[in-house]
Amino acid sequence: MLNFFQLIIIYAGIYALMAIGQNCITGNTGMLSLCHAGFFCIGSYATGIICKTLGLSFWFSLPVAALCSAAVGFLIGVPTLRLKGDYLCIATLGLGEIIRNIATNVNPVGMMAIPRAELFGYQFSSRNKITFIILVWCFVLIAYFLFRQLAHSRIGRAMIAVREDEVAAQSNGINVAKYKIGSFTLGAAIGGTAGCFATAYTLTVQPGSYTFMVSVMVLCMVVLGGMGNLKGVILGAFIIEFIQYFPQLVGLSSVIPAQASQIIYGLVLVIMMICRPQGILGRDNYRYGDPRSLREKIRDSFKRPSKKEA
Amino acid sequence: MTTLIQYLQYLLNGITLGAIYALIALGYTMVYGILKFINFAHGDILMVGAYAGLFIFTFLLGESTNAAWMLIAFFIAMLLSMAFCALLGMFIERVAYKPLRNANRLAPLLSAIGVSFILSNGAAWLFGAQSRRFPYPFDDTPISIAGLAITPHQILTVLVSVIMMVVLTVFVNKTRMGKAMRATSLDQSTSELMGIDVNKVISLTFAIGSALAAVGGILAAFDFRVYASMGTMTGLKAFVAAVIGGIGNIQGAMLGGLLLGILESIGAPLFGIPSALRDTIAFAALIIILLVKPDGILGKNEREKV
Repeated sequence: MLNFFQLIIIYAGIYALMAIGQNCITGNTGMLSLCHAGFFCIGSYATGIICKTLGLSFWFSLPVAALCSAAVGFLIGVPTLRLKGDYLCIATLGLGEIIRNIATNVNPVGMMAIPRAELFGYQFSSRNKITFIILVWCFVLIAYFLFRQLAHSRIGRAMIAVREDEVAAQSNGINVAKYKIGSFTLGAAIGGTAGCFATAYTLTVQPGSYTFMVSVMVLCMVVLGGMGNLKGVILGAFIIEFIQYFPQLVGLSSVIPAQASQIIYGLVLVIMMICRPQGILGRDNYRYGDPRSLREKIRDSFKRPSKKEA
Repeated sequence: MTTLIQYLQYLLNGITLGAIYALIALGYTMVYGILKFINFAHGDILMVGAYAGLFIFTFLLGESTNAAWMLIAFFIAMLLSMAFCALLGMFIERVAYKPLRNANRLAPLLSAIGVSFILSNGAAWLFGAQSRRFPYPFDDTPISIAGLAITPHQILTVLVSVIMMVVLTVFVNKTRMGKAMRATSLDQSTSELMGIDVNKVISLTFAIGSALAAVGGILAAFDFRVYASMGTMTGLKAFVAAVIGGIGNIQGAMLGGLLLGILESIGAPLFGIPSALRDTIAFAALIIILLVKPDGILGKNEREKV
């Protein structure tokens, strides 16, 4: 039982990283990308190859995994991001399938027994879950602060302008293509990092596990928590992972079919879109030059927003 | 050594495949023409259609081996499956898309992905993960004509698709309702002012598109078998076909489907691509067409106005 809770926290952390990347693409810049499983796959393979085949350290593989995913994201982004929302969605879906297709054809058995991550001689093994939780959530926190700063910076405001209206953004001197490609590349890099942690935890790489379902799951986390709201996205990751492992948690995995959780994801998407399109936590109401003190901010964040959000 | 006859054989297989893609692409293009959004669940309606056709066909067939009854039962199963999918399409539109008609553009797209997920996983739950063979309603020994092997199911596929497309073209161009559909796709609010019941037109569009997807699903089932995720890839490729032809354009969808089918069939041996990477061709074609001529082959060049 406790074991499963720890497992959920670890996976929620890994997926929260992915969801932060997806949020950068979908929530901030408003591009519906469906290939996060592909970036996850690239990150996992990069880690697997570096740690096992080349015998290098996990800490070296971490930036390389991010860079590899970012490079693929950039290369793919340049031609496809000129496309409008709906086309982009299909093109990225196709891309995710192509990455999986290539991975399955090149390396159908995957990789096993990848060396563990080490820090000052301490090995992060999957048996001692607590240390792994600390490792993953440290990075989630780093990503959270980095992306929060990004979202509230000049770049972040430009990205939001692109999301709200491309034509208006362009006429205000924002280089739409640059910001789109930039946010796509960043999102891809974080997706790759998540893949790196997943490999470090399971110590295996299986080409069959990077399906379209993973991309939809990540999208679901972003939609559920609130597009553009990083806290919401992390909450979404927790909820979705909880749904995923709920049958095992209550010991009913033989009664509840595996498809049930996926049907719930579908329902979440439809119902959220109809009833609460801004997600559970809603938009991130950041005020620039906020005059309130920290105490007032905390108090205000528990109050219901007075005016209806658009 | 690949000879001319072999290439003709690939072409023939490509035309059959293309006819199926064209049927499915019509559903995408008609919905896009009117609502300007991609009905992601279309591919899964195709899968539902294939399952419905399979179950009705095996139920009607029973123990009978009478050749004439097999063929009749097949067509009855196809019509019933079309009707079922038409109702399903209308129901999905009513529940999942209609409340979002005035929402952000991303909203119906996400909702459609959700519906698609519900349908495919629901089918996997109800009918199991194993794939099923769709029995041929006739003896499927290939007929040899001038060195080419043509199977009867290929003839049936092309024949049924052509009939469906002709009926659809006549319906859209000659009837009153078809005129209303064309008007709605041109300008929704003006057509409403002219007394066209736009809601009815949209429902009808979903019904027709879904019925065509059911036919496409049954015909595809001969080649690909029936399984819960059969709609995902086939649907995606049909969407690619619709974009190649020019999305929103009915003739374009037919042409695009045919072209994509031929390209996929001939492309692998022609460019020396391993057949496992065949799916890559379709997506490469999509990205190229979107970069070179984003409005598709038959699409009109529409500039975005503020």
